[in-house]
Amino acid sequence: MQFITDRKRATGRGSAHSGTEHHRYMQISAVGLALIVPTFLYIFGSALGAGHAEVLAVFSRPIPAIVTGLMLVIGMQHFRKGMQVVFEDYTYHSTRKVLILITTILSYGLTATGLFALVKLAL
Amino acid sequence: MVELTLPKNSRIITGKTWPKPQGATNLRKFQIYRWNPDDGKNPSVDTYFVDLDTCGPMILDALIKIKSEIDPTLTFRRSCREGICGSCAMNIDGINTLACIYGMDEIKGDVKIYPLPHMEVVKDLIPDLTHFYAQHASIMPWLETKTNRPAREWKQSIESRKKLDGLYECVMCACCSTSCPSYWWNSDRYLGPAALLHAYRWIIDSRDEATGERLDELEDPFKLYRCHTIMNCAKTCPKGLNPAKAIVEIKKMMADRVH
Repeated sequence: MQFITDRKRATGRGSAHSGTEHHRYMQISAVGLALIVPTFLYIFGSALGAGHAEVLAVFSRPIPAIVTGLMLVIGMQHFRKGMQVVFEDYTYHSTRKVLILITTILSYGLTATGLFALVKLAL
Repeated sequence: MVELTLPKNSRIITGKTWPKPQGATNLRKFQIYRWNPDDGKNPSVDTYFVDLDTCGPMILDALIKIKSEIDPTLTFRRSCREGICGSCAMNIDGINTLACIYGMDEIKGDVKIYPLPHMEVVKDLIPDLTHFYAQHASIMPWLETKTNRPAREWKQSIESRKKLDGLYECVMCACCSTSCPSYWWNSDRYLGPAALLHAYRWIIDSRDEATGERLDELEDPFKLYRCHTIMNCAKTCPKGLNPAKAIVEIKKMMADRVH
């Protein structure tokens, strides 16, 4: 039994004074991804099944390489921040913190791996 | 993790079926949630039959008739019986609404009545609204000014006053907050649609001088940004208000402060 008032329970630790940047990033990156994802799928789809030399030729051109890079960076950031909201919604305490940590590691890891592969293909 | 099943002692069992009133021909079947903290039993759903020929048209009329003539232990809040006090909020036929302004003719088949969802129950149809009211108090639901009080009243133009329409009418019945999944999962930290609608009502009041402080206090991933515009609040509001729109307007004001 905690002898705290109803008002203290409602106020908690006060405002974190954050959240707006996260919210704006998700809105703006969603608009960006609406353009980037179809373009990336077109590029990826056109290279799918082609020979090694042909794929190298596609990703060494500036626009396919830049779009793929943007897809990796913005897509993974959007994924990380989106999953953070899901975990904040549906999990609590240590589980929440661990899941957010795992997602952060996963998204940065995938971004770095993807960019490394892209550089290898493009250069 | 989020709880998807009820704990064993909260699972609802079939309750008592009360006898039909003698001589009545125009009967309506009511299935009503019952729970008494003093008897240690699981919650149950009791069945009642109401003679519609001697009953008013609203759900609240039937509940009062059941309490007066069939089962005096049935417990629920009610006061104004005209949708102004917000006391008789409950889940009727799957919708959070006010029993006093919800007509029996709006429901097909049996009438199923439960307390507002995902709230602790005090008894039968009465939810514990302590935390809900404390959250409302936390948004400072009053005019906050710094300028010396004018000789007469704080003036407001007709246009500025019009901005409060669709906001001031909220009667704090809690139908919206208790229909919101975000509030179900995180009501300890998320303020919920009702408190946020009231917060916006004071933020856009032209006479209020604490706009910045109010926005500062709301800028939080949980207090405000748990709202994902699910819109259950607007769909269920018995007064026809749109708390989701008010929350979007707060978010826009937050964004405008940054960019």
